[in-house]
Amino acid sequence: MNYLSDVVALTAKDLRVELRARDTLPAMLLFVLAILVVFHFALPAGADDDAAYGLLWVAIVFTALLGLARAWVAEQEHGVLDGLVLAPCDRSTIWLGKTLATLAFLLAVQVVALPAFALLFAPLDATALVGVLLADAGICAVGSLMAAMAVAGRSREVLLPLLVLPLAIPLVIGGVGAAVSPEGGRYLLLLALYDAVFAVLSWASFEYVVTEQT
Amino acid sequence: MIRARGLEKRYGRKRVLAALDFDVACGGVALVIGPNGSGKTTLLRLFSRLAAPSRGTLSVEVDRSKIGYLGHEPLVYRELTALENLDLYGRLYRIPERRERIGMLLERFGLWDDRGVRVASYSRGMTQRLALCRALLHEPELVILDEPYAALDVAGAALLDRELGSLAGERTLVVATHDPDRLAELATDRLVLA
Repeated sequence: MNYLSDVVALTAKDLRVELRARDTLPAMLLFVLAILVVFHFALPAGADDDAAYGLLWVAIVFTALLGLARAWVAEQEHGVLDGLVLAPCDRSTIWLGKTLATLAFLLAVQVVALPAFALLFAPLDATALVGVLLADAGICAVGSLMAAMAVAGRSREVLLPLLVLPLAIPLVIGGVGAAVSPEGGRYLLLLALYDAVFAVLSWASFEYVVTEQT
Repeated sequence: MIRARGLEKRYGRKRVLAALDFDVACGGVALVIGPNGSGKTTLLRLFSRLAAPSRGTLSVEVDRSKIGYLGHEPLVYRELTALENLDLYGRLYRIPERRERIGMLLERFGLWDDRGVRVASYSRGMTQRLALCRALLHEPELVILDEPYAALDVAGAALLDRELGSLAGERTLVVATHDPDRLAELATDRLVLA
C-alpha cells in the first residue's frame, strides 16, 4: 500500500506542477497539431492510408520526445531529485510516478491529435487505437528512464533522442503493424511484450540511474 | 555515528577529497570548514549517501530515513506552495500527524502566512527557510547542513541559531560553514579542508 500511495503522491505532484507551469502540455499539443498539418500538405494527393499511418507514428514519437525532454526539468531545478532520492520510499516509485504523469500528458494530447488525424488522413480502428495506447505506455516507461539519464548530462536535448529513438523502433513497427496489417493482433502482442519487458527493466534499473554505486 | 577512513572522492581525473580520516560521535556537532572548492559539499553528499566514495571506507550508522540534508539547492518544487512541498515530503517520509508537524515548522520558521504561495514567488531567504523546514520535517537523527546561513537575514540567522542550539546534543549535526565562530560554542569536532 505504501508503494502505491507514494506513486499516487508523486504522480499527483507532477500533474499539479504541470497544471501550474503549463510548460509541457500546450507545447506537445501545438507540436502534434502542427506536424499533422505539415504532413497533410506534404503527403501527395492520392497517397494511400498506410503512408498516413506511418506519419502518425512519426508525430506520436516526436511528441512523446518533446514531453520526455521536459519530464525531469522540475526535478532539475532546485535539485529536487536529490530530495526524492534521499526519501525512504522505494526509488522506483519516482520513475513510476514520472512515467504515469508523462503518459497522462501524452494521452491528453492524443485526445485531440487522433481525431485530428482521422479528420485530415484516415480513421483509426479499434486495433490501431489499442496499438497507440500500448505504444504510449512503452515509450513513456522507457523514455522516463532515458530522460532521467539524459538530464544528468549537459546536452539533454541532444542526448535524449539518441537514447530513445533506437528503443522506440519496435514500438513504431508494432504500432504501424497494428494499424495496417490484417493480423493486427500479433502486433499488439509484440507491443504488450515490449511494454512488459522494458517496464520491468526500467523499474529495476532506475535506482542505478539516480544514485552513485560504490 | 560517522566514521571515515582514507576517504577519497574523484570526479573523473579530478581528486576532490584525498585520504580523509574523520569521526563524528552520536550527538556531536561537527563543523566542516574550508575555502571554496575544498570539497565541503562533496563530503556532505558522501555523508548523506547522495554520492559514493571513490576509495576508502565510510560508515554512516543511520538509516536513510533518519538523515536530514540541506544542500546548496533547496530541494523543493518551484511551482508548488510551501505546504504542498512539505506535504509531499511528509507523505514520502511517512510522518505521523504530518499536518501538525508541517504547521508547527512553518510557524516556527516564519512561513505560515505564506504557506499557500508558490515557492517561485519566494525570496532566497524564504526559500532557504523552507529548505530548512524540509530538512528537519522528519525529525532526523543526523542533520547535514551545507551553508545553512546562506541567504538568511539577521532574523532568519538568529532563528537558525536557536534551532541548532536546541538540536545540539539531541541529534548529530554536520555543518559546512564559512563562519565557524557562529557555531563555535556548539561544535564538538572540526574538520578543516584545504
